Amino acid sequence: MSLFSFARKARRPRSAETAKDRLQILLAHERSGGGVEKTDYLPMLQRDIVAAIRKYVAITENDVEIRMERGDNMSSLEINIEMPRAAPR
Amino acid sequence: MTIELKEKPPLGRVVVITSGKGGVGKTTSAAAISAGLAKQGFRTVVIDFDVGLRNLDMTMGCERRVVFDFINVIQGDARLKQALIRDKRLDNLFILPTSQTRDKNALTKEGVAKVLDDLKQEFDYIVCDSPAGIEHGAQMAMFFADEAVVVTNPEVSSVRDSDRILGLLSSQTKRAESADAEPVKAQVLLTRHDPARVQSGEMMTVEDVLEILAVPLLGVIPESPAILRASNIGTPVVLDEPSVARRAYEDAVRRLTGTEVEMRIEGERRPRLLQRLFGRAS
Repeated sequence: MSLFSFARKARRPRSAETAKDRLQILLAHERSGGGVEKTDYLPMLQRDIVAAIRKYVAITENDVEIRMERGDNMSSLEINIEMPRAAPR
Repeated sequence: MTIELKEKPPLGRVVVITSGKGGVGKTTSAAAISAGLAKQGFRTVVIDFDVGLRNLDMTMGCERRVVFDFINVIQGDARLKQALIRDKRLDNLFILPTSQTRDKNALTKEGVAKVLDDLKQEFDYIVCDSPAGIEHGAQMAMFFADEAVVVTNPEVSSVRDSDRILGLLSSQTKRAESADAEPVKAQVLLTRHDPARVQSGEMMTVEDVLEILAVPLLGVIPESPAILRASNIGTPVVLDEPSVARRAYEDAVRRLTGTEVEMRIEGERRPRLLQRLFGRAS
């Protein structure tokens, strides 16, 4: 079947490519320990942020939302804090 | 998240996807079933119970967005709302990923009960993706179940393990322990079924498997290239392009929600020799 190997290669489903890319990005984080450490410090980070803001404004843990999006070159950490409309309770 | 007023109270049904044996398609099925339920309009959450070996996130395609996990919630390090990841394709579908590192004992019965109770206030279906085996994680995944989907391949070790799991479902669950509760409603989902091999006598038939396990059949999912494709791209099979596997999962989901759907047993169309030689241009 070597005659057809060229044609076969060209027809290689793109999904395999996607699978490899996704794994490489994910495993790069996990192997470096980044994946492990990362998920571990986030609760602490959140507590610290809430504590820092609470010195000035009355917010609760419920008002903080943390989102993360990991990319191959950079990751973004999005922290949304809902501020009370009126003066601190 | 959906905090707004509800038109009707959530169903709060807990469905465990289990099998005993590994590699039979639990996570694939958990992803497909939860996405199928959400596509039908049910508010659905799917939980990964495989502590230490997180994989549901990859199957659902949200691995880059995991911040907090199930164990963080149980240990009080994060609130449930923060750990739930909203699916990018369906806004009534949520994923609760498991922890990658912490020890399995973090999955306490009380902790799991609390999380499930909270989720019942918000969701119609809570789909629990069980780890393989019959250890703690698998026990926790099934303990609070109202219904069970036992994923089985038409293959001896898988059927044997499914039988074992069916035994545990009828003895080691909350419903089994409370005298006045109905037993867990268990159904078999036969996966990797290949009609051509059944035809040639190489593979046990659907009837063979059901005769041995003696529980109702939820569906038959044919062996299909669509399954690997879906996992490659991180999309539940029912949200990917049309395929026999997708249709089989959609039928199974409708049966799960109580609709009667005729059981169709399909196989992937195999390209014939000429098509194979000249490529499938069509």
